Amino acid sequence: MKKTLMGNHAVAVGAKLAKVDVVAAYPITPQTQSVELIAEMQAKGEFKGRYIKVESEHSAMAALIGAAIAGARTFTSTSSQGLAYMHEMLHWAAGSRLPIVMADVNRGLGAPWILWSDQSDTLSQRDTGWMQWYCADNQEVLDSILLAYRVSEQLCIPCMIILDGFTLSHTYEPVDIPAQEKVDEFLPPYKPMAAIDIDKPATVGSLPSSKDYFRIKRRQAIDMDKIEGVFDRSVEEFASIFGRRYGLTEGYRCSDAETIMVMAGAVATTAKEAVDQLRQEGKKAGLLYLRSFRPFPTKQLKGYAKPGVRFAVLDRSYSQGHHGIIFEEMKSALYTCNPRPGIYGFVAGLGGGDITVELLKEMWAEADAGKPGADETVWLEEAR
Amino acid sequence: MPRLEGDPNQFEAIKLSTRSMSEVHTGNWRSLKPAIDHSKCTNCMICWKYCPEACVQIATGSPVIDMNYCKGCGICAFECPTKCISMNADAGL
Amino acid sequence: MKLSIPEDELLSSGHSACQGCGATLSMRYALKALGKDTSLVVPACCWTILAGAMSRSSVCVPLVHCPFATAAATATGVKAGLVAKGNTTTQVVAWAGDGGTFDIGLQALSGAADRNEDIIYVCYDNEAYMNTGIQRSGGTPWHAWTMTTPSGAGSERPKKDLDAIIEAHHVPYMATCTPAFAEDMVRKFKKAREIKGFRFIHVLSPCPPGWKYEPEKSIQLSRLAVQTGIFPLYEIDNGKFRLNMLPVKLKPSIEYFKQQKRYKGLSPADEAQLQSSIDGRWRQLCDRHNAQPAVTTQVAKNTQHSVP
Repeated sequence: MKKTLMGNHAVAVGAKLAKVDVVAAYPITPQTQSVELIAEMQAKGEFKGRYIKVESEHSAMAALIGAAIAGARTFTSTSSQGLAYMHEMLHWAAGSRLPIVMADVNRGLGAPWILWSDQSDTLSQRDTGWMQWYCADNQEVLDSILLAYRVSEQLCIPCMIILDGFTLSHTYEPVDIPAQEKVDEFLPPYKPMAAIDIDKPATVGSLPSSKDYFRIKRRQAIDMDKIEGVFDRSVEEFASIFGRRYGLTEGYRCSDAETIMVMAGAVATTAKEAVDQLRQEGKKAGLLYLRSFRPFPTKQLKGYAKPGVRFAVLDRSYSQGHHGIIFEEMKSALYTCNPRPGIYGFVAGLGGGDITVELLKEMWAEADAGKPGADETVWLEEAR
Repeated sequence: MPRLEGDPNQFEAIKLSTRSMSEVHTGNWRSLKPAIDHSKCTNCMICWKYCPEACVQIATGSPVIDMNYCKGCGICAFECPTKCISMNADAGL
Repeated sequence: MKLSIPEDELLSSGHSACQGCGATLSMRYALKALGKDTSLVVPACCWTILAGAMSRSSVCVPLVHCPFATAAATATGVKAGLVAKGNTTTQVVAWAGDGGTFDIGLQALSGAADRNEDIIYVCYDNEAYMNTGIQRSGGTPWHAWTMTTPSGAGSERPKKDLDAIIEAHHVPYMATCTPAFAEDMVRKFKKAREIKGFRFIHVLSPCPPGWKYEPEKSIQLSRLAVQTGIFPLYEIDNGKFRLNMLPVKLKPSIEYFKQQKRYKGLSPADEAQLQSSIDGRWRQLCDRHNAQPAVTTQVAKNTQHSVP
């Protein structure tokens, strides 16, 4: 059934279709409508799970950790400061191997206060052990939540579904809402790795030896490496039921491209237009859309790094004292390519600044001409 | 992989703690050892009640302190209403 | 053989608590009262260690470790998750120290109390951050020495009135208890288990290394804390306040202070100040108690039962 949904509502509908047992969430702009809709659906009896109206994001994640250990399927959504406030608990969820799924509506981080979208909030959670999937439209938001549960629960790794604040969260788009029985077919009930059992009492999370800790982390890393395979198989199942297909990365007009723009999030839809215009001008432009930031899809990315290809990486975050975060990740992932490709870093749209077709074309042209230095970040500001 | 013993896929993702701490014998913490004078003991079981180690056995109807676990805190001797428990240097030390 | 508290042990011997640990006795009594169908949630505190290092456990019930600030929130989630999976009987208990309750966990505690979550929250209060080596917490009493209040006068602020904060949340049941009054503690945990909604139990847990006394005196100090009026035993059941132990005459507080080297620097002026604040609070509690004469007789019975 097609409906016109804002991104935040696609989030809530996804959680409802996934038959989540426990939601714990705290309101923050621009995420609020997602939890409001969950509350509304619960009031109407459409959402059967519990919605715990916690007093903070830190407690939201703590409550989900408790619920997931008890064997429940869990969900929350947050944004910006809320995600930063959860930081400690993100590590705890991943280390406890709990397949919690969360939507984060991208918004910059203060100070100063900023309401508009960039990727600083999510990218600064890079090392928490969560998968991070970025979305480019509202259909992808809903589908990603279903896919996230399927993948997370097979590997017991939590997953963050990320959508741009306002650009997606508050923008209405037509979304195909799958039928509940189709979702049930795709998503079997959650079987936890270990759940609280009164008859077989066990302690979870007790203090290990260094050797045990090392091995637990090693296993976590090994399982994170398995995501690609599990993702691909899950996408095949998804495609056979719903007819839509996703990849950890997606290339657009890349096969003969000489300079490829790389980015995550809804800005990729603008970049497609920029690529089309550049192509019309006879330029060999392409777009590499990074859906998964964690795990970082190094293998797929290497497939695009043919000899002579340059990459123009667009960051909507900045690691002070270094560079844009995706730029650094790209350089690290492609370091072993022979020949090593030219990789150029651009920062734009921090705190919600417009990233227009013109700006993207300018970025492409600078990289195509090999203008920026290898260790330079180019800060691009929209002219208007 | 020489620096890693075994197959990391076989490492436990979650390590649950299910074995009892009673495998650990804390009796070697002790410097003072309680001794019950059963001729004076009234079997009131206050020593059992207040033992933080839960190591006073009462199954026989009179208290027996399990020296595998007793840390020698002395609460039993201090609280005993008939003062029938004495704390003495532990000969094992 | 007639025992005054249940015989079953759900705390195992061989745990790694210090000699004479009050927090361990508190857990022993709590589990005796609560029984096997209990699931514990423990934030950073002494019990993080006492519960056992990985692969071992010192309790015979499920236990979930959680970060410092999250005892009440994690317990909320465990309960919600169990209920979602069809288990409505297991009693979920958050078991936190004074640091995790008075200080870093207060926000989550307030949230859970405000939502009237169906859990028991226990604060075993040893009056400082003992697991990290005796630093001042909001639960540290006035003039008590800690590593972070090292001057002769000790802690410069009175102990935070946490119970008043909890009461302000209109919770169905709250109570104070301490190991010397084991029967009273068992009764309160049993009673709490029968009540639905948020229940709060504040346990004063003597700590030999942190309070600086010989471990044999843990029960004596626990008893003196009540007999001096420093830690009155009371419960508030559905808004009804009652003292559970009404000594004919309070013992002078110095009897309690002088046995603990953490009060070594107590000056006569400090002592007078403390005694006057204890007396003031005791009068207030007696007034509250006497304002509800309907329950007094019942209290008197409990009192007889619980005074050793």
